[in-house]
Amino acid sequence: MDRGDFLKHVAWTGSGIAWTLSAGGLLSSGPAAAASKSFSFVQISDSHIGFSRPENTDVLGTFTKTVEAINALPQQPAFVVHTGDVTHLAKPAQFDAAKQVLATLKAPLIVLPGEHDVIGSPQGFFDAFGRRDAPQGWFSFDQGGIHFLCLVNVFNFEIDGKLGTEQLDFVEKDLAAQKTSTPIVVFAHVPLYALYPPWGWTTEDGSRVLAALRRFDAVTVLNGHIHQIVQHTEGNIRFATAAATAYPQPAPGAAEKPGPLKVADDVLLQVLGYRSVEIVAGAPAHVADHSLG
Amino acid sequence: MLKTAAAACALALCVAALQPHVRAADNAGRLLPAVLTIHVKDFKFDPTPAKVAVGDRVTFVNDDDEAHTVTAADKSFDSEGIDGGGTWQHVFAKPGTYSYFCELHPYMKATIVVLPAAGAAR
Repeated sequence: MDRGDFLKHVAWTGSGIAWTLSAGGLLSSGPAAAASKSFSFVQISDSHIGFSRPENTDVLGTFTKTVEAINALPQQPAFVVHTGDVTHLAKPAQFDAAKQVLATLKAPLIVLPGEHDVIGSPQGFFDAFGRRDAPQGWFSFDQGGIHFLCLVNVFNFEIDGKLGTEQLDFVEKDLAAQKTSTPIVVFAHVPLYALYPPWGWTTEDGSRVLAALRRFDAVTVLNGHIHQIVQHTEGNIRFATAAATAYPQPAPGAAEKPGPLKVADDVLLQVLGYRSVEIVAGAPAHVADHSLG
Repeated sequence: MLKTAAAACALALCVAALQPHVRAADNAGRLLPAVLTIHVKDFKFDPTPAKVAVGDRVTFVNDDDEAHTVTAADKSFDSEGIDGGGTWQHVFAKPGTYSYFCELHPYMKATIVVLPAAGAAR
């Protein structure tokens, strides 16, 4: 895949230009969202601290650059959510290095695990980022008139992308208590729909969550895992996977296998970055992706 | 003297039993002689099924850019993360047929058969 095709596929933004997810799920370009009184948060993903290969020999550097860019935003987000694969191999030193960078964020932090963070055991992740209010990893909260669900679909080691009955029961009960008009935002590491099952880019039992989300007026589901931006819409549910801060991966089916994708050095920063999301009640969420270069 | 040597040997065996595998992913120079090398390439274990005898040491080499694990379905062995280009060794101490997979990519499945006696066909 040449550079042009890759950039076209991921629908990546040039720096300084935001792409807005319209009601139909299509991207349109426009100036970056102006500061306003609306609610906003930032999503980062797949920092893979500890990775050191030709695809990115300085993942700590690109991660730091991402945090610095977020800290430089004129209006600080309500929070920053990291949607998983904080580390590459779940080593204590990798968690420590990531925490040192994340500790410099001005905004509050929420961290979800990816499958790389729970290799062997989820204990290292819980030690680093565990929450007292979420002993099992998943939780929900309300902020800015929005209901947020933080889900974990990487705890079943034999199936990449599974929530499990206990978590599904929690989701159904949690959502049953919400008003239809309340904007819902869902975070999880692996995409909740069948984005590309041959590479494991799906959640086996995600359909139960999607069924529980269908009655709401506006739902935004944000994931990581695949290291590229893919937008998808199913009725009132809009999905968007995020770019990584570490390295890109091939487009679904565009290579024989997934994994780190080597791009030209002067392109790397253009395909890494973070996402800002702005929500005004009664309107579609404004999802804007920002590259590092 | 012999008694001391035997005790030292027994202690070494005991230590070896407590540490059935050698983690050598970060230092290929530390690899010990192994009877079989299983490659992890293009998201597949090769060869599979593989056959070894009890006590045999097997080297797993990750030829991919992506990290993988070698994890027994019954959790009797687990490499944890092997980075791209890394290696991991394991000594199979009990006979049996072991299904294993990659925790990061669970559709990567393979089998290793551990025969009860040395000198078994491979």
